[in-house]
Amino acid sequence: MTDTTPTLHGIARPSAQEAARHLARRKRRQRRLVAYGLAAIAFAFLMLAILVGSLVVSGAKAFVQTHVTLEVFVDPAEIRADRLPRGGFKDVLQAALQKQIPGIEDRKDAKRLLGILSNGAQFMLRDMVVADPSLIGETIKLTVPVSDPYDQLAKGEIDPETPEEFRRLKDDEIAWFRTLEEKGLVSMPFNWALFTNADSRFPELAGLKGALMGSFWALLVCFVISFPLGIGAAIYLEEFGRKNRVADIIEVNINNLAAVPSVVFGLLALAVFLGWFGLPRSAPLVGGMTLALMTLPTIIIATRAALKAVPPSIREAALGVGASNQQVVFHHVLPLAMPGILTGTIIGLAQALGETAPLLLIGMNAFITSAPASPMDAATALPTQIFIWADSPERGFVARTSAAILVLLGFLIAMNALAIFLRARFERKW
Amino acid sequence: MPLLAFLVLLGLSVLGYIWNRQAAAALARRGERLHSLESFHGAYAFLTAFVPVTILLLVWLLAQGPVIDWLVMRSLPEAALTGADEGARQLILAEIKSIAGGRVFGTPEPWKVEAAERLLAIRAASGWALVSVVAVLAAALTLRARARVAPEFRARHRVERIVLWLMVACATVAIFVTIGIVASLMIETSRFFAKVPFTEFFFGLNWEPQIPLREDQIAAEGAFGWIPVIWGTLMITVIALVVAVPVGLMSAIYLNEFAPARLRAVAKPVLEILAGVPTVVYGFFAILVVAPALRTAGQGVGLDVSPNTALAAGSVMGIMLIPFISSFADDALSAVPQALRDGALGLGATRAEMMTTVLFPAAIPGIVGGVLLAVSRAIGETMIVVMAAGLIAKLTLNPLDSVTTVTVQIVTLLIGDTAFDNPKTLAAFALGMMLFVITLGINVLALRIVRKYREAYD
Repeated sequence: MTDTTPTLHGIARPSAQEAARHLARRKRRQRRLVAYGLAAIAFAFLMLAILVGSLVVSGAKAFVQTHVTLEVFVDPAEIRADRLPRGGFKDVLQAALQKQIPGIEDRKDAKRLLGILSNGAQFMLRDMVVADPSLIGETIKLTVPVSDPYDQLAKGEIDPETPEEFRRLKDDEIAWFRTLEEKGLVSMPFNWALFTNADSRFPELAGLKGALMGSFWALLVCFVISFPLGIGAAIYLEEFGRKNRVADIIEVNINNLAAVPSVVFGLLALAVFLGWFGLPRSAPLVGGMTLALMTLPTIIIATRAALKAVPPSIREAALGVGASNQQVVFHHVLPLAMPGILTGTIIGLAQALGETAPLLLIGMNAFITSAPASPMDAATALPTQIFIWADSPERGFVARTSAAILVLLGFLIAMNALAIFLRARFERKW
Repeated sequence: MPLLAFLVLLGLSVLGYIWNRQAAAALARRGERLHSLESFHGAYAFLTAFVPVTILLLVWLLAQGPVIDWLVMRSLPEAALTGADEGARQLILAEIKSIAGGRVFGTPEPWKVEAAERLLAIRAASGWALVSVVAVLAAALTLRARARVAPEFRARHRVERIVLWLMVACATVAIFVTIGIVASLMIETSRFFAKVPFTEFFFGLNWEPQIPLREDQIAAEGAFGWIPVIWGTLMITVIALVVAVPVGLMSAIYLNEFAPARLRAVAKPVLEILAGVPTVVYGFFAILVVAPALRTAGQGVGLDVSPNTALAAGSVMGIMLIPFISSFADDALSAVPQALRDGALGLGATRAEMMTTVLFPAAIPGIVGGVLLAVSRAIGETMIVVMAAGLIAKLTLNPLDSVTTVTVQIVTLLIGDTAFDNPKTLAAFALGMMLFVITLGINVLALRIVRKYREAYD
């Protein structure tokens, strides 16, 4: 045996050193690719963290609301039982504040002093007195929200160090509030008003009740329409439809509808539901109908997948003991597919809950200060309320918007968790 | 009132079910051999009463409003309507309705109050007429079904036929929705082009949809050239893709081939969360965090950054699209047959070389399809741009300037405006039509590419 030269077909083989260098370079390239991938994942994680983090930081403040507790003497000279619900409730509150912060004689200053309290305070007092006129002449303890600038001050959003002309509160106003704080009259309880009040022009009074009810009605309408329609369509296409042109057209249609931009559904609703049928503007009924059209493809696709997952043996067994085709489907296949269908439906409804653009076009972004009692009343929905508040210039609405988003995300997480639970608990593997 | 009518209908139908079922059961007890099960006799009664009357109920409710309006307007005194155009008539009708609803402003003319009373009377009459018609019809249909109960009556076949047609009706709803979209867009768009010439819309370089509110008002005529609008849309789309495509592809490559199972188990759901965040939340994120950050950064290097930049809207939209592209690319990579992976590795390729030279090229059609779908998403995306992009249409290449998009214009033109006869509102429908056509085209193309690619290995 002679020494074989390190050539093969005349190509020079690299020396061991060269090969090692080459290998190192190839491994470096692999490490670089992995690093890019890790960086991409890290970027996505980071963005999600910033998104959620910034919302939590900015929204947490809206879950508490600064209140001030005052001893209010319901002065019979100002408020008379025979003239309710009219009366000098403002003056009574002003007197109560002046008692806590003495030495304010100027009428203008006294008026500014009243600005500490929310504009809703007088109406709260009025409602209390109207409900119980025996309070007239008594001294009652009243806890009312403070107005937005003072709320910001209490939460540290307004920096007393900034020059007075760039601040929303003057020096003496800050001093008044500090006096109240020192007397222990200021408290910061959980902001229930966020859930029990409807919208308001004043951030400290604005709540989500109207939006929550509006979203509830819209989703209810959406469910009532899209669930039976979706299941009916899916059963037909999956179990009974002959594979012909019509079925093909329907199929292509459903897939395309799933990809139509949501704002186009808004245009459809505006032209057809409002324009041709004359249904009321801003109504959750119309919102629900629009969302139903958008949810329909999701439910149909999920239902078909769930029906497909039921093994043929079930069908054959049922047919074998004499069930008709429809009995097979409605007595055996559909019940077994139900967990999958419900999972898909919940996911579809969760998408519908976050949908905004079509609701804007049918006017569900109106300013409405009462919660809707039926799907025909004008209302907003959670996402459109977020849009309205995000557009509002008052500083207090920034926190409210973030809080509303947190509420919306909470609902979405709950719905998705329910869907995951259903899937894990009831879905069978065959 | 409609609710009462529906409850009456439901009650009668359920009664019909019970009645028919019992009648069938009585027959069976007498020793007759029934063709169909008792429950099918019941279901036959329920369906034959419930389905047609429900359809009647819905048609009535939809037709009722316009018919009542017409009746009220016809009954108004001649003098009140002479010289009133369509808009003035609408105004009178709206006023009558608000008086009828108890919201009286000032002192309306007596004939308006009279008309409002008449409106309420007609409404009440219509309501009661609906309830009685529904009750009578449902009762009659129930009686008819009851009369048919007989041993040889083929109730199951009848019921199954009705159910089948109901399901066919459900399936065709999707077609009707598409027809509705196309029809409503076409009709309003054609009305738009009756007022604004074709060439101006497609080739005009100015988009200023302000129109004078009053006849005598001196204002710009309004310009409807869509080039700057679509330009802004494309610019934001490109920015979004510049963010989303590299990040999405890289994360898909990593998750598909290199990630340890535990990281993969965490990363996939996290990306899904990112995909499930409503777009209005992304929009708020853009104005709360991204836009101020860009502004500060811009000032830091001495750049003039407008408050609503294309960059802020586009990059946030890119974040939204990351999971979309990543999951599409992941699916495409997973669909490449194992044999190709094994072959590449067997020839001595590193895993990175296997990925870049074999897997990735094989998956390209699927990835391109996914990216195209992302493009269509980006073009149709509304809330992020409504909140974070600008309103004024500008032809600019500067990503730090403010641009507008098709969807922004649709929303701003239609918010708080329902008059269907001015070019401003109709322009929104023309833009909607364009949007629909473009996204549909891209979707069809993308699905075709994906499908073609699937056939390659089957």
